[in-house]
Amino acid sequence: MKKTEKHNYNLILGIVLTAIVLIPAVIGIFYTPYDTESMNLALKMASPSFSHPMGCDNYGRDIFSRIMKGSSITFLIGVGTVFWGSLIGTLVGAFTAYYGGVVDEILMRVNDVIFSFPSLLLALVFVAILGPGTYQVLFALAIAFIPSYARVVRGEFLRQKSMDYVQLARLAGAKDLRIMFVHILPNIRKVLISSILIGFNNAVLAEAGLSFLGIGVSPPKASLGSMLSDAQTYLFSKPELALFPGLTIIIMVLGISLISKEVA
Amino acid sequence: MKRILRVENLSIEFHDHALAEKVVTDLNLDIFEGEIVGLVGESGSGKSLTAMAAAGLLSRHDIKKSGIIDFDGTDMLSAERAELRKVQGNKLSVIFQEPMTSLNPLKKIGWQVEESMKIHMPEMTASERKNRALEVLLQVELKEPERVYNSYPHQLSGGMRQRVMIAAAMAITPKLLIADEPTTALDVTVQMEIIELLKDIRKTYGTSILFISHDLSLVSILCDRVAVMKNGVIVESGNVREIFDFPKHEYTKKLIASIPVVEL
Repeated sequence: MKKTEKHNYNLILGIVLTAIVLIPAVIGIFYTPYDTESMNLALKMASPSFSHPMGCDNYGRDIFSRIMKGSSITFLIGVGTVFWGSLIGTLVGAFTAYYGGVVDEILMRVNDVIFSFPSLLLALVFVAILGPGTYQVLFALAIAFIPSYARVVRGEFLRQKSMDYVQLARLAGAKDLRIMFVHILPNIRKVLISSILIGFNNAVLAEAGLSFLGIGVSPPKASLGSMLSDAQTYLFSKPELALFPGLTIIIMVLGISLISKEVA
Repeated sequence: MKRILRVENLSIEFHDHALAEKVVTDLNLDIFEGEIVGLVGESGSGKSLTAMAAAGLLSRHDIKKSGIIDFDGTDMLSAERAELRKVQGNKLSVIFQEPMTSLNPLKKIGWQVEESMKIHMPEMTASERKNRALEVLLQVELKEPERVYNSYPHQLSGGMRQRVMIAAAMAITPKLLIADEPTTALDVTVQMEIIELLKDIRKTYGTSILFISHDLSLVSILCDRVAVMKNGVIVESGNVREIFDFPKHEYTKKLIASIPVVEL
């Protein structure tokens, strides 16, 4: 994994960029300088100042606080989506590749059907059924993300399964679960880790997209996407309303993709 | 002498294409306790397939098998996986041709040598296992067994890896060792060392060995009896000396004639 010193600039930059967004996001879970949901007419559309470094929005809410809270929600949705998506996807991919046969055919054809819809569209359908909200978005995105993980893991498992060391593990008398998760799984970790990081980025963008369309995290709760959505009305009169949440998304995604490039 | 392996009228057919393909026909083979039997033939003659069947590895549903493979009281052709597991890695071990892919690249040598002990002798403590592992590593003439124990496969040469494979196979002292072209990937001097090692193992443990090879000169050094295979049929079998001195079948004569003679 470690290359030469020279190549690690990408990794360092990625970690720094991610940290810039992540540290306020983590703090935002427990504490924000101002309340993120109560409105204050006196501060409507206030310009950036010392007490409100990024200004205030059309309801007089502090944008910096809302970005802290919003990126923590976005981040939690990203992590949750990737966690469930990759967990279930890995199980599906591992079992179908290892056992093959009818189960493989059925699960992978179902997979193909889900896969043939764009994941954002699929998430849209689920949200339409379940209604908007943080957990609904998480659930919808997780389901939409399972097929891509299942596919990646299945391909890698098939490749490893044909290797002699797997045959020998069978011949040592190892049980199937032990072969799958003790012998094979560690060998596909690189592919898995990078697809988890890329998946996280896609989840962040998908959440922003859903909230931008107004069907993601419901107001008055803040998420990066819903802030962008609210800001579009004032795009010409007050562009910084869109600028800061947009920049936050860009930095978060860029940072994670730099990291994923280096660890893979 | 007790018979360890009895193969009777073994036929193997592939059904993965429209036309069934018979790759092994009416094969008979016996191995007695402490005996080294060679199975010789060109590639595609079905010798490895026979060995895999004897090891209980041919469980694909597109392969049709008939006949009897009786290994020490276990029916290796039709026994359930759970029953096979009790035999594999316990009374029967296998070494493959390619020492580069036969070891899990991510696990330390010690872990891999201990695998069959972990599965079949759960009552052993970690330090007992380690002692046994170091003992067999020393037995296969690896210098500094302690260092090898803590190495990863990529840190060892091909010959050393093949020794590790033998050590892993012998850790639990099987009754039968199936060696599928164990020397083919190695250079000539290392080949001879491995052959000597297999002889030693028979001497120390009384383990029977099924030695599969296309190299008649190695077979003549190592084996007591030999069976010559062509197109899925055993064309000739018997005592090594007899076969070499008075080959009856055309194919055997050709094989013997093809052994290079170095004149200096």
